Amino acid sequence: MIANYGYKDGAGEFFISIDTEKCASCVEKPCVKACPEQIFYIYEDDYDDEVVGVRDKSRNQLQYICAPCKPSTGEPKLTCTEACTSGAIKHSW
Amino acid sequence: MVFEKKEYWRWKEYNWKNPDTDWRKANIITAGVDVGSVSSQAVIMCDGELYAYSTMRTGSNSPNSALNAINWAMESTGLSLDDIHFKVGTGYGRVNIPFADKAITEIACHARGANYMYGPTVRTILDMGGQDCKAIHCDEKGKVTSFLMNDKCAAGTGRGMEVFADLLNISIEEVGDRSLQVEKEPEPVSSTCVVFAKSEAIALLRSGWSTEKVLAAYCLAMARRVVSLIERNGMELDFAITGGIAKNDGVVSRIEKEMGVKALKPKHDTQIAGALGAALFAKALVEKSGEK
Repeated sequence: MIANYGYKDGAGEFFISIDTEKCASCVEKPCVKACPEQIFYIYEDDYDDEVVGVRDKSRNQLQYICAPCKPSTGEPKLTCTEACTSGAIKHSW
Repeated sequence: MVFEKKEYWRWKEYNWKNPDTDWRKANIITAGVDVGSVSSQAVIMCDGELYAYSTMRTGSNSPNSALNAINWAMESTGLSLDDIHFKVGTGYGRVNIPFADKAITEIACHARGANYMYGPTVRTILDMGGQDCKAIHCDEKGKVTSFLMNDKCAAGTGRGMEVFADLLNISIEEVGDRSLQVEKEPEPVSSTCVVFAKSEAIALLRSGWSTEKVLAAYCLAMARRVVSLIERNGMELDFAITGGIAKNDGVVSRIEKEMGVKALKPKHDTQIAGALGAALFAKALVEKSGEK
């Protein structure tokens, strides 16, 4: 399952997509600790897989919460996507 | 003299039961209760077949709303909560349903419910709820393969439509048909925010626009807003719409026009999809436990 957390508004599309099949195969889930803003949490989804999700309080503010990790120039190396060895996390912006 | 304002936003609250089903003969009786931000539904199924349901407004207290909904669904059936083998709660208030045996997200429940309501060919579901909107993809078994939700603003939600019904003094059940009574489709209201769209609508009325034209402009704005969500998540046929707005032809026909596809016609009340899916999950859980 591709779980899209985030929103679209006048400023653009701000979604973090998590491929839960890839995520479930990762035991350590290092992205949770890697995120400096602690936006990720581990939960058991509706199909009994232990996966990572974006906290409710964070998902409607991603543009601002993730901004410190995203330089205005150059190729950003995000701590969450770097930590996610299974390649389950993608940012839309 | 007391001035009483008519509540134009008020939609039909009712309960229903299948007179041809005798729950005493059923092997597995399950229930799904969807406590949403605006409406609550309870669905009771006997051996996986729809037996009874209710749909009503959610009150300020989720546990009471859930209890009222299930009690109303059970009304005149002779059923009691103890007769129901498994109860699943869903919706915003799912964690506050005291009698529920398990809570499951409304995303999974809507996909499962739509699979039952529209058949296994449905792949893209647009759930237009009271205070959010979800674009969901599912497989032939109703299992979610991807989802996307907008609950940041009230644009494209049932509550937004309620506000417009009240503003224009049009019964919410007439909004869709009235919005289609325009010779030429107007430009959509420019703001997707309900608060600003409301003030824009007042300005349009003052400039001489008819009520129908303003409704058309709002329905079109709502359609375009949700179409962008569907496009973000991808469109795969068959396509179905659930939730209260699915009953509004003014919005549905504009979504169909914008997307260039036809939505499947529902066989049941589109508002019960979440509760229906929850009841189906409950049946699967009973079977998995091996108790029945």
